[in-house]
Amino acid sequence: MDEALLRSLTPGVLAVLVRRGADFAAAEDAVQDALVEAVRVWPAEPPRDPKGWLVTVAWRRFLDTTRADTARRRREDRVDAEPAAGPAPAADDTLQLYFLCAHPSLTPSSAVALTLRAVGGLTTRQIARAYLVPEATMAQRISRAKRTVSGVRLDQPGDVATVLRVLYLVFNEGYSGDVDLAAEAIRLTRQLAARVDHPEAAGLLALMLLHHARRAARTAPDGSLVPLAEQDRGRWDTGLIAEGVGILQAALARDRLGEFQAQAAVAALHADAPTAQETDWVQIVEWYDELARLTDSPVVRLNRAVAVGEADGPRAGLAALAELDDSLPRHTAVAAYLHERDGDLAAAARLYAEAAHRATDLAERDHLTRQAARLNARRGR
Amino acid sequence: MAKYLLLKHYRGAPAAVNDVPMDRWTPQEISAHMQYMNGFAARLEKTGEFVDGQALAPEGAWVRYDGEGRPPVTDGPFAETKDLIAGWMVIDVDSYERAVELAGELSAAPGAGGRPIHEWLEVRPFLTASHTITE
Repeated sequence: MDEALLRSLTPGVLAVLVRRGADFAAAEDAVQDALVEAVRVWPAEPPRDPKGWLVTVAWRRFLDTTRADTARRRREDRVDAEPAAGPAPAADDTLQLYFLCAHPSLTPSSAVALTLRAVGGLTTRQIARAYLVPEATMAQRISRAKRTVSGVRLDQPGDVATVLRVLYLVFNEGYSGDVDLAAEAIRLTRQLAARVDHPEAAGLLALMLLHHARRAARTAPDGSLVPLAEQDRGRWDTGLIAEGVGILQAALARDRLGEFQAQAAVAALHADAPTAQETDWVQIVEWYDELARLTDSPVVRLNRAVAVGEADGPRAGLAALAELDDSLPRHTAVAAYLHERDGDLAAAARLYAEAAHRATDLAERDHLTRQAARLNARRGR
Repeated sequence: MAKYLLLKHYRGAPAAVNDVPMDRWTPQEISAHMQYMNGFAARLEKTGEFVDGQALAPEGAWVRYDGEGRPPVTDGPFAETKDLIAGWMVIDVDSYERAVELAGELSAAPGAGGRPIHEWLEVRPFLTASHTITE
């Protein structure tokens, strides 16, 4: 049973039903039913045209559940269950589905859930487990999202940027579960990038690949975080890096720079450095300057201060940091790091402890507590 | 089966025997502690007694309704309350004795010097749904 194939067909099948006039929520339920049926039937009887098979079964299921008149249903079924004549639906259908699931009327969490379900073909249970919420909660979130977009017509042009933001969220919220959300986000972004002519889609795909390449090196066997500078670079996935860099270079050559391309460029510079000491921090600062122009995000300015600290020394980094609001998340952690580099271990230890207190994520809190402990142990208790 | 909440406090509990703040431990002691905590939860999952466990950020705020058409009143983030919950674990066990036994094990997590923290944990039974057979 090729689950990957099945899931890659999902959005296209759903899009056919919607294009034939099925209401989105009902179509989505019908497609889920067809997928379940495929898992049951295909191992023994693999279809010659898997997508046609799914369309037929899903359409029949849709008719079954929406038509109360049994006699009429039986009569019409025979006609309607025939796959549409002509070639299989165009790639455009799938693209429209991405737009629908990332529709601006949806909240980010709803858009994420609906994308994973309708475009990704994951079950509600899998999505619920991935986001650590009860299945009933996730089922409600998805069905509300479906109702919200059910009036949206699929022929309206969508905004690629909203889709990219949703995929970015899926990638970045790497909770654990039986589904690898990062890998799923890469799959969906790859599928999108193949369908749209958009440098930022390529930029996001490159960004994901370059970060995913470091995944094995990012956590120690005991689950604690390993900072970039201390990672075993031999464990970085060179295949993913090469692919990410190639995609990024092609995107940058188009000369339509965007946020994701610039972020990917920073990741590529890290990937290029054989050791942390050989990192080209000067170029990284330049990319953060670009990013600051593109986004005006305080997180970018914070990361820029770290890069300045590496390129021009910790004093310069602290000066850059002093220009930022100290209530920013991770501000204290960056200050601690720069003070340590500057040799002020007492201040660094105090700031690491304070940063741990303010941390919003468990692994980061543990990491910062460890940093404080390391410095306190070195200074003698 | 009955559910119990094991509550860990940042503040408000009696002082632990081995009461040293974590940033004064060695990194190895922190690792040992984390390993013990993860191992404990994993063991309860295996025995079928684990329900949920979460850690909380130390800062929170008081919030209350302030009347029709008005935004809620907030007070905080507070830092000076007497009692502050650090996190919890929910277990589903056969008896109160088992809940106490497990809380004791959790309290034995290693801290400074690799010695048990002997931290005070609060054990609170969940109120149950009413039983079908009552007589």
